[in-house]
Amino acid sequence: MLRPMSDSYSALALARHAITRSPWPAAWRKAEPRKGYDVVIVGGGGHGLATAYYLAANHGIRNVAVLERGYVGSGNVGRNTTLVRSNYQTDGNTQFFEFSLKLWEGLSHALNYNVMLSQRGQVVLAHGPGQLDSLARKGNTMLLNGIEAELLDRAQLMRLLPYLDYSPRARFPLYGGLLQRRAGTVRHDAVAWGYARAADRLGVDIIENCDVTGFVTEGGRVTGVRTSRGEISAGRTAISVAGHSSEVARLAGLRLPVESHLLQAFVTEPVKPLVDHVISFGAELFYISQSDRGGLVFGGHIDGFNSYTQRGQFPKVQTVAECAVALMPAISRLRILRHWGGIQDMTPDGSPFIGRTPVDNLYLNAGWCYQGFKATPATGWCFAHTLAQGEEHPLIRCFSLDRFHHGDGLDEYGLGNWTWKQ
Amino acid sequence: MLIIPCPDCGARDYTEFRYGGDANRSRPAHGGGSREDWHDHVFVFDNPKGPHREYWQHVLGCREWLLVERDTASNTVIAVHRARDREMAR
Repeated sequence: MLRPMSDSYSALALARHAITRSPWPAAWRKAEPRKGYDVVIVGGGGHGLATAYYLAANHGIRNVAVLERGYVGSGNVGRNTTLVRSNYQTDGNTQFFEFSLKLWEGLSHALNYNVMLSQRGQVVLAHGPGQLDSLARKGNTMLLNGIEAELLDRAQLMRLLPYLDYSPRARFPLYGGLLQRRAGTVRHDAVAWGYARAADRLGVDIIENCDVTGFVTEGGRVTGVRTSRGEISAGRTAISVAGHSSEVARLAGLRLPVESHLLQAFVTEPVKPLVDHVISFGAELFYISQSDRGGLVFGGHIDGFNSYTQRGQFPKVQTVAECAVALMPAISRLRILRHWGGIQDMTPDGSPFIGRTPVDNLYLNAGWCYQGFKATPATGWCFAHTLAQGEEHPLIRCFSLDRFHHGDGLDEYGLGNWTWKQ
Repeated sequence: MLIIPCPDCGARDYTEFRYGGDANRSRPAHGGGSREDWHDHVFVFDNPKGPHREYWQHVLGCREWLLVERDTASNTVIAVHRARDREMAR
């Protein structure tokens, strides 16, 4: 059922509401679970909501429910560092993330919701000539795939990012970097709210505070889910619950190549505009950008052992702060305002799983490691295609759950099968 | 801070240790095991939210390999043994 046009966000609607002072309608309904749906998506994060939206918008499948255990935006979609980019070099990843970046570029318009995409550019730094060579190779891979990339030498870097440490006593000397100008940041809460509202307007039921406790099967085929709010039958069932993928898949008798690990992120007190790009350190896993409010947002590596606690270990705070100061000594006296943790699925090759599972009629989207947020639109698009057609979208065939049986791992970082080292 | 009570050195911060992964996975015998067994051994994890048996090596202490049981939902350490004692008792 379509809503009246007055629900659309526009300058005209803003003026009308300012004059009439009429209240804005809720962005989405508080839906009550019905008996059954064509598709039930377990997990109301960015990926689940995007999948529901594209099922309705691209495939006309509107009899869809998204079941969220907490509230929309409470999970990883609200816990990431909001970066979007497509500078990968493994075949499969490169094309998928470029497709995602293209969808980000049109997302505010498609959803009628300002997701505040800011294409401020991302620079990956090189601290030695060998590292710069490997960035050149990555840049060439991008160019061959039609993605713009610019290799920067030290002089160009000094012009672009004058506030980094170029002094002779810099702990990690700067040789250059790789710039992708179309990369940047997106307001992550707006992504969750925008997809939720757009899906709701097309008839999707978003059911919050609804915990899935089991799957209903008939002859080995999943036909529905058991929840804290009753049993719901489903034409097709999808799992999209990053962090808890193993726990939910276990309810269907599946063991996954996934381990849950904790990643921390940080924001400082707000300061005037300083960092006008996204910067990725090359000597450790560390990335920094500045939010529109002025806080410096940064993150590092996972804590190093599997955990579901959502509370970070203090030594990582120290490592991340050391990286920040090694890169930008000027920020050493800034105070950290908040820091938080999210549980992410880590996989043996650092790449995700999307598609069918060995259990008939059960579909899985899991294992996103560090890259779930930037993948949100493309995952939704391709997972919706998979659920509608019963067959994987060409862009995600490389992300199959059985790829290790065929030696088809997508080891972007070349680290081997250590989930806690990826 | 995760603190691991080492049987040799006493309670120490986890930063003194190297994580060694899930201790419940057992390697198929040399020359044995199906492809499926090897796949599961190398790539698949139980990944429980709750008690988890895992290896840690006290690299900055006695260098002993330990078998630790830890609750992954709270990081509470439930039990610690020398891995060699446990492996020999198997």
